[in-house]
Amino acid sequence: MDIDFSTSIPIYLQIISEFKRQIAIGQLKPGDRMPSQRDLAAELKVNANTVQRAYREMELLGLVETLRGQGTFVCRGEGVVEETRRELLDSLVAEFVAAMRSLGLGGQEALELVRKGFAETAAGKGVES
Amino acid sequence: MTTAEHALVVRDLRKRYSQVEALKGISMTLPRGEIWGLLGPNGSGKSTFLKCVAGLVKPDGGEIQILGETPSRRTKAQIAFVPEVESLYRWMTVGQVLDFTAAFFDDWQPETALELLEFMHLDGKSRVSSLSKGMRTRLRLILALARRAPLVLLDEPFSGIDPSSRDRIVEGIIREFKGEEQTVLISTHAVGDTEQLFDSVVFLAEGRVALQGSAEELRRSRGRSINDLFKEVFP
Repeated sequence: MDIDFSTSIPIYLQIISEFKRQIAIGQLKPGDRMPSQRDLAAELKVNANTVQRAYREMELLGLVETLRGQGTFVCRGEGVVEETRRELLDSLVAEFVAAMRSLGLGGQEALELVRKGFAETAAGKGVES
Repeated sequence: MTTAEHALVVRDLRKRYSQVEALKGISMTLPRGEIWGLLGPNGSGKSTFLKCVAGLVKPDGGEIQILGETPSRRTKAQIAFVPEVESLYRWMTVGQVLDFTAAFFDDWQPETALELLEFMHLDGKSRVSSLSKGMRTRLRLILALARRAPLVLLDEPFSGIDPSSRDRIVEGIIREFKGEEQTVLISTHAVGDTEQLFDSVVFLAEGRVALQGSAEELRRSRGRSINDLFKEVFP
């Protein structure tokens, strides 16, 4: 996990985003055990209170649950993966749209570029394989 | 043990050395279970402040409460202080330093000391005189972290040492930090790669508090990292 300490984004929020990303792409699956707070603090070299805050927040968000004496797990609840994925997609789209707008592009033009982009990478893959 | 809510409460602390007013009224309140950064350039009063709290310098005015009590022999035993000036006997071996220190403190944990020795890549048989500055700093940190002291004061533990020693020290503090029962106050004049250590920070400028607050809240409200904020406050 890579955390950038040089930004203005609070560290606990960066930790949460990283776990959300891992859940969204299926690297962490419902029911998987999360690293212990102590281990994660040592690995990231961040204050244990910061990791604790991230875990507490993720519990409140319904992303993880802590079972007494067993550890913290990704929630098995329906839709956790779907919701996290959706949220990630929404924020990426919002960012993209804002960037396109700032360059003066409208929806149609942007869509054209996206289609072209997908076609090109698909073609690229075809050549490689 | 005490159940005081705050590890350290300081009100309007003042100290003058003949010509120099080192502390011009410093106040801060450190809750238990947090790691605090005392940040400021050289000469801002950090060392004097830590020495006053450790009971090595007598303040001219103001009030200090350590775990709810006024400073005394009893509160002194609750503090692990690593001064910037080295106090190791150079003829001792690392192992002898540990044994020597263990004899002074009831809260010494021999197993933790051995774990830390390994973690800090130090050999018990090495002589202090053969160690580099970074290694000596790592050793001095072990002396503080191997105790279960409720209040740990570290004066400039990152200054003048190699990056790998600094990383070990940061990680050592994180690993050994005993949560609710401990509070750590670390002074530094270069925030660099250490800002992720701190729950809260106090910026000292010429003997006064220039800024203080939760590190995460400052990142959010000021829109910059603590390191960038430091560069802004002390250009």
